[in-house]
Amino acid sequence: MGTAPASRDVTSYGMGLAAPLALFFLVFFVAPLLQLLWLSLHNDTAALHWGFGQYLHFLTDPFSLGVLGSTLLLGAEVTAVCLVLGFPIAWLYQRVGPRLQTIIILIVLLPLLTSVVVRTFAWIVILGRQGIINATLQSLGIIDTPLKLLYTQFGVVIALAQVQMPLMTLPLITALGRIDPNLDDASCSLGAGSWRTFFRVVLPLSLPGVIAGCTLTYAAAITAFITQSLIGGGQMLFMPMYLYQQASTLQNWPFASAISIIFLLAVLAVVSVFTTLGRMSRGYGGA
Amino acid sequence: MSGRKRTLEAISFEFVMTVIAIIALIIIIAPSLVVLIVSFTSGFSLRFPPPGYSLRWYAELWDAWQLHFAAKNSLIVALWATGLSVVLGVAAALAISRSRTLSARLLDSLFMSPLVLPALAFGLAALMLFSLVGLPVSPLTLVIGHAVVCVPYVVRNTVAALAQLEPTLLESSAVLGASRLYTFRRIVLPLIRPGIIAGAFIAFMSSFDNVPVSLFLRDAATDMLPIRMWQDLEGKLDVTIAALSSVLIIATVAMVAVMERVTGLSRRLTN
Repeated sequence: MGTAPASRDVTSYGMGLAAPLALFFLVFFVAPLLQLLWLSLHNDTAALHWGFGQYLHFLTDPFSLGVLGSTLLLGAEVTAVCLVLGFPIAWLYQRVGPRLQTIIILIVLLPLLTSVVVRTFAWIVILGRQGIINATLQSLGIIDTPLKLLYTQFGVVIALAQVQMPLMTLPLITALGRIDPNLDDASCSLGAGSWRTFFRVVLPLSLPGVIAGCTLTYAAAITAFITQSLIGGGQMLFMPMYLYQQASTLQNWPFASAISIIFLLAVLAVVSVFTTLGRMSRGYGGA
Repeated sequence: MSGRKRTLEAISFEFVMTVIAIIALIIIIAPSLVVLIVSFTSGFSLRFPPPGYSLRWYAELWDAWQLHFAAKNSLIVALWATGLSVVLGVAAALAISRSRTLSARLLDSLFMSPLVLPALAFGLAALMLFSLVGLPVSPLTLVIGHAVVCVPYVVRNTVAALAQLEPTLLESSAVLGASRLYTFRRIVLPLIRPGIIAGAFIAFMSSFDNVPVSLFLRDAATDMLPIRMWQDLEGKLDVTIAALSSVLIIATVAMVAVMERVTGLSRRLTN
């Protein structure tokens, strides 16, 4: 440890440089979350009586459990759609020239940096009664009355899938780029067809990217409450809006805190399941 | 790929994959194009295709002082939050990037955790803490809240840039007698600058677009642009929002183009 100046490691910096941000996070991130936990363990809004009342209320209330269930289901549906649509994009990316690659990346990247409200607004225009889909179907004579697309589960899933697509596609592009192209050729020359090669070689080897993409997409989809509330409308309630209503409109902070903690735990559970799968898949890919 | 036999089976696979990829790319890009086209409508509704074209909604937007006010607030908060994130985040990235210790890895996880935790839960938590210590919500609490959720982008991009840095460069510089500060200013900083700029850019965009944290931490006088737009959309479908959305889309495209030049943004996000 720092015996002489010459022996000091000049390629790294002291941990002290992390202190300001660590302190900032301690005060403004960790402390608030601890306070959230503390408040959720009180039975009354004045926070005088300790207890698990808020959690019991949530876990025995069919309505609350329904909101949690539909939120987790929504995340799964969005993630599945993103995977099915995002994987071919990443696949195509590996087969085109550098110029097209840049174009594909920028198309994928753009929504990530465009305002979520703007992107959601676009889906209102597309899915609305006078929107593109209804106008096209009507002009083709396929339907007489406009379909109800806005304020439906289908609408929420497709809009969220578009909004979160970059989070799935970018890790997939990275993962597919790391696969040795010779493996693909080897599999084909050994007699496996393209479909078989894809499902038996390419897909398993890209699992780390699939899992990274799924984690990001899932976490983003279930917390994306702007898209959920604007496309879902008042009829569909998901966890973020439920939390906001309890906290803001009803001023029931202890219950809102309990909802937050349950929601946090749900997100953490999903992330750690995916992370574990990721670790296992890396072992598989390296074998 | 060249030696592969062009069997029907191979063609069917490539056809299906290419078609899905093209459909997916259209789904990604179409909504922005639709908004751009609808914003030039001469009518009063968001009908597509528009009955005629005009610039009337851009003229409306020019006079929409509530939106101007909200945009100004969002811009100021985003600039301060980005500045704070860069100062704190770059320093922390320098400390944790080359360290293999447990504390460095724990700090890394801590600094990244706002990315996966629901921002709305953090917003509520921060509001409760501020009210507990008697700090009223204000532009200051907004900047603090935004900085927490924006710092991960700066840390991640700076750490990635530092990982690319050749340690031998620093050793050579030290051997030649340069002080650590001099080496940092003349060698490290120029080499990691694109990474810092890319991180700062993403942090800025995510702060400018933030709703969940702003919902809890703003005061009644501080209207923020995405919240204003969200509330307008909940009430009525105003075409002015389409014009504003188009302006934001064009601004984003322009900034991404500049960032691509300056920092090679697309390579950064796929490596």
